[in-house]
Amino acid sequence: MNFLDFFTRLLAVTLAMGTSLTYATLGEVYTQKTGVLNLGMEGIMLMGALSGFATAYSTGNLVLALVIAMLVGGLFSFIHAFLCITMRANQVVSGLSITMLGTGLANFLGQRLGPASNNFNLAGMNLPSKFNNISIPGLSNIPVLGALFDVSILTYALYFILPFAWFFMYKTKHGMVVRAVGENPRTAASMGISVSKIRYLYTTIGGMFAGIGGACLSLSFTPSWNEGMTGGKGWIVIALVIFATWNPGKVVIGTLIFGGITSLQFSLQAAGFKMVIPTQFLGFSPYLITLVVLSAMTIINGKKKGSFAAPAALSTPFAIDDK
Amino acid sequence: MRFALEKRDGKSRKMTILVPIFSLIISFLLGAIVLAISNANPIQTYGAMIKGAFGSPTKIQYTIAKSIPLLLCGLAVGIAFRLKFWNIGAEGQYVSGVIGITWVMQFWTFLPQWAYLPVGIVMGILFGAFWGGIPGVLKAQWGVDETLATLMMNYIAIGFAEYLYFNAWKAPRGNMGTVRYPEFAWLPKIWGKVHSGVYFALILVVVLWFVLYKTRWGFELNMIGKNQRAARCQGVSIKKNIILAMLLSGGIAGLAGAIDSAAVTHCLTKGVNSGYGFTGIIIAWMAGLNPFVSIFIAIIMAALETGGDALQITLKLPSAMGEVLQGLILIPLLAGSVFTEYKLIVLTKQKEEVL
Repeated sequence: MNFLDFFTRLLAVTLAMGTSLTYATLGEVYTQKTGVLNLGMEGIMLMGALSGFATAYSTGNLVLALVIAMLVGGLFSFIHAFLCITMRANQVVSGLSITMLGTGLANFLGQRLGPASNNFNLAGMNLPSKFNNISIPGLSNIPVLGALFDVSILTYALYFILPFAWFFMYKTKHGMVVRAVGENPRTAASMGISVSKIRYLYTTIGGMFAGIGGACLSLSFTPSWNEGMTGGKGWIVIALVIFATWNPGKVVIGTLIFGGITSLQFSLQAAGFKMVIPTQFLGFSPYLITLVVLSAMTIINGKKKGSFAAPAALSTPFAIDDK
Repeated sequence: MRFALEKRDGKSRKMTILVPIFSLIISFLLGAIVLAISNANPIQTYGAMIKGAFGSPTKIQYTIAKSIPLLLCGLAVGIAFRLKFWNIGAEGQYVSGVIGITWVMQFWTFLPQWAYLPVGIVMGILFGAFWGGIPGVLKAQWGVDETLATLMMNYIAIGFAEYLYFNAWKAPRGNMGTVRYPEFAWLPKIWGKVHSGVYFALILVVVLWFVLYKTRWGFELNMIGKNQRAARCQGVSIKKNIILAMLLSGGIAGLAGAIDSAAVTHCLTKGVNSGYGFTGIIIAWMAGLNPFVSIFIAIIMAALETGGDALQITLKLPSAMGEVLQGLILIPLLAGSVFTEYKLIVLTKQKEEVL
């Protein structure tokens, strides 16, 4: 097998895998930056995947499917925001209940929204259309890196969204507000910023991104619906946020590495390599790496103040009248 | 006119009782809407679920058997939550427990027959405690965020278990997963499907209740959870207690895994990450961390699972409905529990000016 071909394919699969992760991770980074921890990602992504697929299946309209997935993702995150911000519920428990509800509902509806001929099951159905790869003539012929220019519109969009997300967070006044709310809500409030409003806004937007991330799975990468098709990606997202040290600019590094690990698993198997490391070790390595990164960052930060990037008010509720 | 929340002087007794009842009603109404949207008759469905969970002695046995690991996981999580240590790693600690007992059952062949089960269970507890202890030490020593650390450790344990049953410990032939435990080492059944693990669970409820509510240590844990600074001023060691509580919490989750595999699955195989650890968090939370109340919540949660499974057979509805209801139950409760500590007040224009 040609080595160049191997790496081109590896990069192509990595990009396809990474697209879904990148959308959801960006969303969660913004959510956590305002001080809200949303552990509902797994459920929200699965609902996004389902609602996108169900819409595309029944209407054939991919744009509408993406919009619906986004709205459903936003709605689920809005519930989380309502519970944590207005009702002052515990963020960990609330997030888990969103995941439980989301996975349950997606798996339930997936077996109810399909055609009667397939026992109302959506699994196993094909879509009339999907987000195909669009290759840019010329650029896509570059060896290996050409894979960057032979991707779906969802991935191309990220080439613009990613730098903008970084710019917005660190170079605009509004981005400063976001960071202030997550770092020190009391000070932010005393400057006249509505902490609740900002947290509601970015938790909901974060969920919209996760909804798109889920829809990427069911509409472009493997255009299909399977029960539990996110397969723990929602939890990898939580890991990736830490790995990116809550910086939208660094999200892509993590998603490429972890997308790469997954696609390496497939590629090596497909190429018939005898594995030195068992595939399962590659499977849980993202979590192990994240745990090490998280611990190392925290320990280093303990010795040298102020270098750890976790928002100081992460997962702490805030109310102006609390003493 | 605006609404605002005002802190009550203490917890409202009336609300502590009313809120869960209303939440339950609301969640079943929401579930009915989901059913109606998906062309299913809600009343018929709920009826089938209740029948599926409690309709006959065998079904009751199934529900009770299912509630044993759930209850144990709920108890495990409850201990850590008492210190406001957000251990969401019961799932991984449970899996570690299964790995522990499987190791003994498969490789400690030098043991006399009678010793397999007790040594295996102890090993399960130790593995669970070890897996819970790591994030405990990380938090106590360096302040590493426990929610994220325990979450990551879940998937490391699950991935490692997968490596064991697909690769290293795979049975040479026959069933998927590891070699079955020898039959003499199975946990005996006491009533149909109900196994003697139920004794472990119930004894643990009483012991934990006593330890948490009647001993000095339980008092210290509570104090750390309520007000860490005050606890430190009283000379309570936060570090030591976090580590101890996590060893205990992980150990009980490990016990849950060891018991369930010794009694039900008899090996380490696919599906070992059954979600009991995550449901345990919900049980602990809904029970207000009270061991006795956990029994009832665990049974309700188990009934939703067995009732959901029954739907698939009787009404050809997806069993995931049980999971939907498990998620739905918690949401109104989370929203409502604010009213036990706060009361809703209406701010009119004049009042707003006074404030």
